[in-house]
Amino acid sequence: MAEEVKLFKTWSSPYGLRAVWALKLKGIEYESIDEDHDNKSPQLLQYNPVHKKIPVLIHNGKPVAESLVIVEYIDETWKQNPILPQDPYECATACFWAKFGDEKVLPSIWRVFIQEGKAQEELLGQAMENLKFLEEQLEGKVFFGGEKIGLVDIALGWIANLTCMLEEISGLKLITQEKFPLLFGWMQNFVCTVFVCLNPKPTERPRQLGGLQALDY
Amino acid sequence: MANEEVKLLGAWASPFSCRVENALKLKGVKYEFIEEDLQNKSPLLLQSNPVHKKIPVLIHNGKPIAESLVIIEYIDETWDGYPILPKDPYERAVARFWAKFLDEKCLPALWKACWCTEEEKEKNVEEALGVLKILENELKNKKFFGGNTINMVDIAANFIGYWFGVVQEALGIKLANAESFPALHNYMNEYVKCSHIKEHLPPREKLVGFFRARVQATSSS
Repeated sequence: MAEEVKLFKTWSSPYGLRAVWALKLKGIEYESIDEDHDNKSPQLLQYNPVHKKIPVLIHNGKPVAESLVIVEYIDETWKQNPILPQDPYECATACFWAKFGDEKVLPSIWRVFIQEGKAQEELLGQAMENLKFLEEQLEGKVFFGGEKIGLVDIALGWIANLTCMLEEISGLKLITQEKFPLLFGWMQNFVCTVFVCLNPKPTERPRQLGGLQALDY
Repeated sequence: MANEEVKLLGAWASPFSCRVENALKLKGVKYEFIEEDLQNKSPLLLQSNPVHKKIPVLIHNGKPIAESLVIIEYIDETWDGYPILPKDPYERAVARFWAKFLDEKCLPALWKACWCTEEEKEKNVEEALGVLKILENELKNKKFFGGNTINMVDIAANFIGYWFGVVQEALGIKLANAESFPALHNYMNEYVKCSHIKEHLPPREKLVGFFRARVQATSSS
């Protein structure tokens, strides 16, 4: 069956990258449509009228929105290289940690980097506590998904991407090898697998982000 | 399955706890309900959900699962019977989208609009009406979010279907009238009549009393 798969995303959004990683893990051909945050296309507004946000996956004309919903849809539609475990308990555990990442870890880390001085110190404690939970989850594992990348790795992939950039901009080191050895190791493994192995011919077009460069797909 | 141990750590007045009970009862699963005192959480709760320290937590054969929507999907995967989520991947994605929207946008907006101070009222009520308009649109020409029968979204929408009306009654307010939100009002009427739901809701009088007491506690503190 000729499948039509399109992905509305932006070049920088970590949420859009989740869908990209899931599609690449499954080896799905898709058309990438890069949106402009400040000038959203009529198609995006039509496909996601509730949130008016990327990412939106269009599969044979039908839109799916919300990045983790998209990843689960991709996993349930294309069966090769499973992203979620088969076992219901392990699947529930993965969904729990993916949710934790979005609802607690990401906001707590973001708040640390946008504050300064005493306010930053106070927020640091909460971010560290959240990272400790993740560190514990990596005990005895290469990835959160075990031997291979799974839902939680995809959901937390922004840590490997965004945190390093934020650390470089602000000068504050949050995830060090001393404090979080497993998480630090995971970041290296994740970057290697996703940015290199899944993308053998990255485009050479670097983008600027506050003085840093990010590889585009 | 014989020799199954299913426990639910919950609170009778919590819509999140009630969602899980609804799902378990739909599947005909026998379980032990353990009422938690949220001011004095049990060691079992703190040990079973060390990350959030919140109810509900389902403990199935000693293994804990937290977060109500995660628990509901687990229940649907584990036990046969009433299909809580559709089988088709696209319909599942649509259901998950709306359940997420309810939890992440609707409930916080409605809760804030109900409990905010006078100064914040205008902004919060506007936000609440905004999310209600989205729901109104989704419910046009539909009896339930799941169509003619309830699905996961309706279980997740128990705040819309029941608690919202109760909280407003306890507070003596009305945020959304029937003229502006006919589909929503129809939904709330159908919700409490639905046999798959109405038997699993806490008694209205008791719940109104619970929130009235909370209003008094807030105003006297």
